[in-house]
Amino acid sequence: MTEIGHARLRSEDTRLITGRTRWTDNLTPAGTLHVAYLRSPHAHARIDNVDVEAAKRRPNVVAVLSGKDLAEEQGALPCAWQVTEDMKLPAHPPMAVDEVRYAGEPVACVVARDRYSAVDALEDIDVDYTPLPPVVDMEQAVQEGADLVHSDMGTNASYTWVFEQGDLDAAMRDAPVVLERRFVQQRLIPTAMEPRAVLCEPDGSGPTMDFTLHSATQIPHILRLMLSVVTEIPEHRIRVVAPDVGGGFGSKLQVYGEEVLALLLARRLGRPVKWTESRSEGNMAAHHGRDQIQKVTLAADRDGIIKGLKVELLADMGAYLMLVTPGVPLLGAFMFNGIYKMDAYSFTCTGVFTNKTPTDAYRGAGRPEATFAIERLMDELAAELGVDPIEVRRRNWIRHEEFPYDTIAGLTYDTGNYEAATEKALALFEYDKLRAEQKDRRERRDPVQLGIGVSTYTEMCGLAPSRVLGSLSYGAGGWEHASVRVLPSGKVEVVTGSSAHGQGHETAWAQIASDRLGVPFEDVKVLHGDTAVSPKGMDTYGSRSLAVGGVALYRACDKVVEKAKAIAAHLLEASEDDLDFGGGRFSVRGVEAAGLSIQEVSQAAFAAHDLPEGVEPTLDSDVTHDPDNFSFPHGTHLCAVEVDTETGFTKIREYVAVDDVGTVVNPMIVEGQVHGGLAQGIAQALYEEAVYDADGNLTTTTMADYLLPSAADLPHFTTDRTETPAAGNPLGVKGVGEAGTIASTPAVVNAIVDALRPSGVRDVPMPCTPERVWTALREGGAR
Amino acid sequence: MIPPTFEYLRPESLDEAVRMLPDAGEDAKVLAGGQSLMPLLRLRLAYPDALVDLDRVAELREIRDDGDAIVIGATATHHQVVRDPLVREHAPLVAAATATVADPAVRHRGTFGGSLAHADPAGDLPAVALALDVVMLARSASGGDREIPAREFFVDWMTTALEPDELLTGVRIRKPGPGWGFHYEKFHRTAQAWAIVGVACAVRRVQGAVEDVRIGLTNMGSVPLRASAVEERLGGGTLSDSALREASEHAAEGTEPPADLHGSADYRRHLARVLTRRALTAATTR
Repeated sequence: MTEIGHARLRSEDTRLITGRTRWTDNLTPAGTLHVAYLRSPHAHARIDNVDVEAAKRRPNVVAVLSGKDLAEEQGALPCAWQVTEDMKLPAHPPMAVDEVRYAGEPVACVVARDRYSAVDALEDIDVDYTPLPPVVDMEQAVQEGADLVHSDMGTNASYTWVFEQGDLDAAMRDAPVVLERRFVQQRLIPTAMEPRAVLCEPDGSGPTMDFTLHSATQIPHILRLMLSVVTEIPEHRIRVVAPDVGGGFGSKLQVYGEEVLALLLARRLGRPVKWTESRSEGNMAAHHGRDQIQKVTLAADRDGIIKGLKVELLADMGAYLMLVTPGVPLLGAFMFNGIYKMDAYSFTCTGVFTNKTPTDAYRGAGRPEATFAIERLMDELAAELGVDPIEVRRRNWIRHEEFPYDTIAGLTYDTGNYEAATEKALALFEYDKLRAEQKDRRERRDPVQLGIGVSTYTEMCGLAPSRVLGSLSYGAGGWEHASVRVLPSGKVEVVTGSSAHGQGHETAWAQIASDRLGVPFEDVKVLHGDTAVSPKGMDTYGSRSLAVGGVALYRACDKVVEKAKAIAAHLLEASEDDLDFGGGRFSVRGVEAAGLSIQEVSQAAFAAHDLPEGVEPTLDSDVTHDPDNFSFPHGTHLCAVEVDTETGFTKIREYVAVDDVGTVVNPMIVEGQVHGGLAQGIAQALYEEAVYDADGNLTTTTMADYLLPSAADLPHFTTDRTETPAAGNPLGVKGVGEAGTIASTPAVVNAIVDALRPSGVRDVPMPCTPERVWTALREGGAR
Repeated sequence: MIPPTFEYLRPESLDEAVRMLPDAGEDAKVLAGGQSLMPLLRLRLAYPDALVDLDRVAELREIRDDGDAIVIGATATHHQVVRDPLVREHAPLVAAATATVADPAVRHRGTFGGSLAHADPAGDLPAVALALDVVMLARSASGGDREIPAREFFVDWMTTALEPDELLTGVRIRKPGPGWGFHYEKFHRTAQAWAIVGVACAVRRVQGAVEDVRIGLTNMGSVPLRASAVEERLGGGTLSDSALREASEHAAEGTEPPADLHGSADYRRHLARVLTRRALTAATTR
């Protein structure tokens, strides 16, 4: 069996599932001090005084520091995405000094010999606050005369970003059907299984002092550079290690104040310092996701052919701009058109400051929000015209023979086959049968109504071509690096800059190397997540690992084979042109017996006794791959829900996901990603919401209030695939990390609205809680 | 994550536990599984001086036959209760409701008596205790043994009739005679979540007529409540569909349901009516 396409169990799972591994919190070097943070109980307040004296006198306490104590050295947390020239970018101190701007912002810290003493001493820190008016509501925040989050800026609007293509005014004016909707993407808390944790060990002193920082991060390489920029500790003195990391979903694509402060405290105290957050602390202070108000207007003709789309967004930034905060909603700008053709499009987004936890990337980052809006609109259009929602999509989508296709949003979709994925999904779902049952239940006025929701999504993966990031004013590139080292014994080490935090790179990358080099799977070891081991990398986010990092590895393997081929040809006294490579062996065409294994070549390259002219010893290669284009997974998801109209409870009865993620390296990993993605997307539709009260206090600080579904709440998922290889890379891969999350939310909400439409319901705000469904039914029925 | 400092006491027998409790002070708490108490400590919402851990008191874990009743020991775990043949035969409502408590991990640590003594009106078991009219068995060093009927046990939000030095040792549940039907109807958003509203009902019918009916409501006030207005309407009558429907409309009478993220007070009143009808229907349909 070839390794690419082999559903292999993941070799990293034994240690990840048992937890007997290097989670950051499992690491406690001798002499480690423990940090605890005092956090603001106010959404917005002036800090008049912080008295740390009593806390300092507590047993086992080594240091107690306020923001003022660190003001000279702590710098400001970075934002890498200046989306417009006039974007308002407030200074963001790792620890608040004069003013707190969200509940949960760090105000002081205790460093103690054990964690209990550190947390106990927090209670003896006395802070005088003068409360300031909190800015909680985005729409009010942009009104004239609104209270300000940052008083020196004179506005709560950070930026307004515009994209326009085609004559939208004409499209709207001439269209017989114009649908306008307001959708709210509620604020979500990413909730990785492993909370944030950081350990910093200092070594030496003075200008040659070195630091090793372990962090539960997705981005060891970016973090290293940014820590250096913020603290002015030279980059080469900082080693960042992302050991085993237990999930992130974007929340660990960040440079956190606690990471900067770990470095500063370790430098100040000359001892290892460690901090691990509690779940409630994480809910308040790790960045949040989504939180947009979308006003969308769709123009179409009487046949349902789309003429134009207008998108007006307010995006909640929270109190500060963090690493990519302002750019997240703009990733959606390229996706609101979905898989559909249209003549005109306009997108406007205003980033708004509020006194809430900063937002940033969360699984899908901008694309789920966009996909939700367009897929909800397509169902609304179908209902308006009395046409089946599948049919209205068919009339508008890009046909498979039209690829490559330049979209109205300025992207070039390389490949796709929406017809094939949809046909497969309809058959698995038994669409016609469910429609018949729906009709029957409606006629019987069954208290349990059936609804069917459709989502024919696409998304952009493989972040990203560096030149595109440059054109969007992003602060870095989107390449990825891979090294392949064939060791003297013929075993293989692969080094990747894209470090997994649960995705299974160690297995998938070994499969790619095994396949390309013709060596056994077990002979490949994948190294990652340590800037001393993998010095170059752009890390893990945006479904980029395989489509960029995997392709880097593929090319690095080919480069090794190329070098090995030259050596083999030399040793076999044959021309390179007469050599074939397969199954890990170079053979001379037509001479069966004459050949060398790649292991033999590696030995020869190591000994270097007899190498061809100009060929260097050892068998290894490095490739930094910068993609030419994004990749565009797509698929058709169908969801059937049963809505109990008496209680408002929604039960998912059937869920079919047919995804086209291009070539599949490991089908089991892909299926796992789809399942997890569906769970998270369904959770946005039905369960999750970060709720703030009118004073700006987060009320969902525990999992009793912030509801996550478990396996018991989710249906059986019927998953399948079509496989249209990506044209933009030699592996043909697209990316699968976010597809399920992007596709599923609108499928579920469309199904709920479809169930209730005869009662006059046209929308249910997310999450569609039982009470909200019940309320929508009462209000819909009253219309 | 990090509870405040407390004294930790671990008696080995019931006698020792009862002796220890008064000495542990007014602010001592009994630890009986810790599935509610430990989160309160971790979030620093409770600062007890001492915890008296019942984990080693083996005699409190027993479930035994007591003639015309069964007695469930206070520290029998939920898991134990759900699987116990005596409970399944003689207190099927307890078994059914307990099976809905949180998740398997919680059910392996959490205890029957712990849930009742915690007296959270959102917990499933207090309403069941009301519907079954159970008797709480308590003991103290000063007062000896005392029996407290369920209807007198829950006095306020998370407050019971137990004295500070008194320990809940077990619960006596009468074996039902013929004609009884039971059901617990729980409404929650996810399998692990608290009930938004729950309805526990016990109905005895003789030749079609309702001889006895008790309905306990979960999370409809500061204490678990009986749906007395429904009970009154059904008593003695036959259980026609329309009678049941009409009576259930009164399920929220006299309740003061909370409002929170998962449901407004109005919605809870509505749910109480719907769920009472469903619970009664299920209890009387075999």
